[in-house]
Amino acid sequence: MEVERQTLRGKQLRARDMLRGDLEGEELERYVEEKVVMTNFEKMLGWARANSMFPLTFGLACCAIEAPISLVTARYDLARFGAEALRASPRQADMIILSGRVSIKMAPVVRRLYDQMLEPKWAISMGACSSSGGMFSNYAVVQGADKFMPIDLHIPGCPPRPEAVLYGFTKLQRKIMGNPDQGWRQRYNAVGTEEWARGGPRSEPSPEAAEAYEEARGLIRA
Amino acid sequence: MPDAPGLELIRGEIEQDHPGAVLDTSFDRHQPALVVDSAQILAVLAWLRDAPGQGYSFLSSLHAADYLPAEPRFAVHYELLNRDRVERLRVKALLADPGEDALPEIDSCVELFPTAEFQERETYDFFGIVFRGHPDLTRILLPDDYVGWPQRRDFPIGGEPVTFTYNERNYG
Repeated sequence: MEVERQTLRGKQLRARDMLRGDLEGEELERYVEEKVVMTNFEKMLGWARANSMFPLTFGLACCAIEAPISLVTARYDLARFGAEALRASPRQADMIILSGRVSIKMAPVVRRLYDQMLEPKWAISMGACSSSGGMFSNYAVVQGADKFMPIDLHIPGCPPRPEAVLYGFTKLQRKIMGNPDQGWRQRYNAVGTEEWARGGPRSEPSPEAAEAYEEARGLIRA
Repeated sequence: MPDAPGLELIRGEIEQDHPGAVLDTSFDRHQPALVVDSAQILAVLAWLRDAPGQGYSFLSSLHAADYLPAEPRFAVHYELLNRDRVERLRVKALLADPGEDALPEIDSCVELFPTAEFQERETYDFFGIVFRGHPDLTRILLPDDYVGWPQRRDFPIGGEPVTFTYNERNYG
């Protein structure tokens, strides 16, 4: 009993020391720099959201074997990035992975699922098929899922490796945290490889597109 | 399987009961096939199912083909199976293309083979072949508001060309 009271007394004394602040000058600066993070509310919110994602349990085609099945099980383990809780209802989810080709009959269903998800929400288009139609260049498949819903991130591959999906997922996390990690073309010496959609085989880009393009190149070279 | 002479025997017996129903026979790669006048398709199918000694009582598949530019253009294929002897027989009903605004028509065999209901709907869905007397001839796989018959050979393949700068530079 006496010993316990003494340890309690010791804790109280240490707490009082902290409050009184026995650090001064240089030491205090270093202490604050190490222990205290200054941020704004938006960033803190983004940080919390990015590290606690609730993907929708949802699969469209063969990519579904890679994305929700391989990715969340033990070998690749999406839980390492804070997205292990797959939700069976879109009303509880905030991320949807389009894993496979979207047929024209499925597109309204996917759109409805996306609309049912609560804000803020994100969508990943996984693989060639849901990004562009892929090999299914035919009458039955939508040529790219962003024709009917907003997509935050496209992951190329047929199917993408689980590592690629994880990399894409971390990219999405950076995007949510407000740091979309620009400048990769400069780092990979890929300036001049930009692509943009055009109206036809010989058409020129629209003035806005050309302007944005020049601006982006200027930023990269700066 | 009925061999080539057996196929001719079947043709002869059908000819006795339904003159002019069988237009041709083929025996390609050990697969016997009867080419049948589409106006008498139900009579032939019923005969193959019910006539003593035949017993082709199982319709294992019903599908269509578009032989463009051949004439007649369409054919509905009935794959029949005798389950006792495990013998298969293909029946082809040829259908001419009635033109832009009309659809080719043939009698529905749902009364004879109930399994044909969905398969006839699928054939209608993709080839636009109308089965007279079908209880519910609507699209089954494609959306209800789809326009066109996508498995016909003159249907555009769809998709979109991709304009990459590489393609533009070299071929644009």
